[in-house]
Amino acid sequence: MEAILSFCFAVLLAPLFPVVIQKVKAGIAGKQGPPWLINYYTVVKLLRKGSVYSTSTSFVFKLGPVVSLAASFLLLLFFPWAGRAPLCSFHGDVIMLFYIMGLGRFFTILAALDTASPFEGMGAAREAFFSVLAEATIFCILILFFRLTGSLSFAEFFVDTHFLNLMDTHGALLLLAVVGLYIVMLTENSRVPVDDPATHLELTMIHEVMILDHSGPDLALIEIGAWFKLLFYAAFLSCIVNPFQVDNIFLNGFLFYVVVVFVYITIGVVESCMARYKLEVVPKFILKASILVLFGIILTIGGL
Amino acid sequence: MAELLEIKNNERVQRAAIPHLEFADFRQELLDFAVAGGQVVQLFAYQDSGLLKLLAVLRNDKLYVAGCDAPDTFASLTVESEKFHMFEREIGEQYGLEPKGHPWLKMVRYHANYTGKKDLFGNDYSQDIPGNYPYFTVDGETVHEVAVGPVHAGIIEPGHFRFQCCGERVFHLEIQLGYQHRGVEKLLQSVPFKRLPIIAETIAGDTTIGHSLCQAQAIESLACLKIDEGAGIVRSIALELERIANHVGDLGALSLDAAFNPPAAYFGRIRGDYLNLSQILSGNRFGRGLVRPGGVTKIMGDEQKGLLIDKLTELTPQVEHVNDLIFSAPSVLARFENTGTVNYADAEKLGLVGYAGRACGLAYDARVAFPTEVYAGLPANTNHKTDGDVCSRAMVRREEIIHSTTLINTLLGKTEEAKSYIPEIPKLAPTSFVVSINEGWRGEVSHCILTDTDGKILRYKVKDPSFHNWIGLALALRDEGISDFPICNKSFNLSYCGFDL
Repeated sequence: MEAILSFCFAVLLAPLFPVVIQKVKAGIAGKQGPPWLINYYTVVKLLRKGSVYSTSTSFVFKLGPVVSLAASFLLLLFFPWAGRAPLCSFHGDVIMLFYIMGLGRFFTILAALDTASPFEGMGAAREAFFSVLAEATIFCILILFFRLTGSLSFAEFFVDTHFLNLMDTHGALLLLAVVGLYIVMLTENSRVPVDDPATHLELTMIHEVMILDHSGPDLALIEIGAWFKLLFYAAFLSCIVNPFQVDNIFLNGFLFYVVVVFVYITIGVVESCMARYKLEVVPKFILKASILVLFGIILTIGGL
Repeated sequence: MAELLEIKNNERVQRAAIPHLEFADFRQELLDFAVAGGQVVQLFAYQDSGLLKLLAVLRNDKLYVAGCDAPDTFASLTVESEKFHMFEREIGEQYGLEPKGHPWLKMVRYHANYTGKKDLFGNDYSQDIPGNYPYFTVDGETVHEVAVGPVHAGIIEPGHFRFQCCGERVFHLEIQLGYQHRGVEKLLQSVPFKRLPIIAETIAGDTTIGHSLCQAQAIESLACLKIDEGAGIVRSIALELERIANHVGDLGALSLDAAFNPPAAYFGRIRGDYLNLSQILSGNRFGRGLVRPGGVTKIMGDEQKGLLIDKLTELTPQVEHVNDLIFSAPSVLARFENTGTVNYADAEKLGLVGYAGRACGLAYDARVAFPTEVYAGLPANTNHKTDGDVCSRAMVRREEIIHSTTLINTLLGKTEEAKSYIPEIPKLAPTSFVVSINEGWRGEVSHCILTDTDGKILRYKVKDPSFHNWIGLALALRDEGISDFPICNKSFNLSYCGFDL
């Protein structure tokens, strides 16, 4: 029951958090920013619209949004919200989840290629390349976590243990993982400095350009999937950095989401104080993350 | 150079006094001049009592003019100097004269020629754009082609960009414009006199003052109108305000393209403030209706002066702060530097003008070389970063904002007041020629008027700086990442309608 409730809570709140980023960016630029419920309005608006399909597309194009949303949805099912046991869990689920995410991306890329648009082809190539690099970092992080905890499941990482926490004895090592994971989060969710989610310039886009041809409900599915994915990464990071552990489950949940919001705020601050990288510098930026984590792994080799 | 006539900016010349050469001599003179480092200001064809003639205005540190009879086909000058490539294409399109051997003869704006000769490009103009034009292609298994436009995301004008790429790398960018061709030059030759300034103001909406100034000066020269110094001051202030507003807007847009949001928001607001200063001067934000042959329509009194001084004092430190914000962010500099570089040699060969040229080390500034209005007594600007990349183009704009602010402050300190303007329809001198050059915010704007025996306008030639600079953008993209195109494009920020006429 508790698991179901915490899951529903996460799903319902997912569209709210990205507005934090927009508000922070707007605030720094001296603007007001969109209303807090903008994303809910957007979803309702898009769901009420019709879809337009190019004659050059096939069923693959329609499959893309569905699969990518399903993949993101699965992520949330397996995640231990605020340290509570997740709805589903088994040993090794992290590996499966990251590949489920890969599957979602695979279908998004296929849908993009299906449009035969040169823009979308370019975007697909960039997305595929950068996510391959990000995957290296992800697996370095998982190896590090495995060495620290001996397990490969979100539930075992975070439920009722504070082992994978910055406040714990291995905090210094985890700092490297946090930086790595943060970079992966920026990459996977097409944030500055890797990608610019706000640009209208197709030629510079990475992720956004792949979904140019989707409209109406399809676009809504993609947007929701993207919010889930961002929430997943933010929550993953929050679990590691969260310094609060209290017995009251409500207070605990509240404090957890405070940390989640903090992660979103940092994204907004990062996006406000730096420009995005030139495209050819992006791979170096992502690889930097895996090298940091790799260094962390090396430090564990001597025995813990 | 022996056979070219030296003239001054805005100097009325009897057409009979312009050296009329044999085509072969004309060609050789022009080529010698270009090879010696001179640039082309105008080169166009016109029809005079049934005969087609060519006229060229050239510049080094002085201005020269020469003409000749136009042969139906002639040996292309572009083969020997790239400086003529656009002009020859334009002549081919407007009058059906064929520059034989032109390496890349293609339509400029897609319209039927004025003479009824056979179309050089085999186009059927009853059909919509795009015309019958084979785009430059690159073959190879890994080569792909990306076509952008003519309809773009965002609120920009129409233009077609075609990239030949290998992965992310651009081999070649081809830019095809003409979607906004309105027939400005023909219109200017046919409308009643009082409509001339209104058309000139709309040649390029962001260069309202630049174009209307050129026209007003040309007509004043032909009609022997003298304007008082007060009007000259107002005109110069208006031109500098236009420059600042556009540079500020572009620097904001550049930083937005680099995904660096705060300066974009600040400069967006500040640009509006500068446009409001134009409103104090002219009654509207874009400087329309201010400059007219014979003077300026609005008098700048002490009240307006006071408002301008107060607002400038408030804005100047703000602009400097935001500029510091942009140019002190390492991530922004990393994005700008070594992106979209045009080297000095190429820039010289293509005759880039304005900030695009100055960023490559071509110091030419029409305000210094051929000063009009009150510019002769004002200090020149110097640019410190001239590497030809996006960063240099941005830096040049930053320096020009500061420089222009100084100029305006100097001018506001003068006491001469413009006399009130009385609209009149002046009589233009017959069989005369005048060329007018001003440094618009984008670069050298030039209007050229030829009158016939009755003092009517026989040929009105307009040249926006974008006419020179579009090819610079194409070159900047050579061997550059395709994702860098938007930022390069913004750093040039060329006019579509100014080019399309």
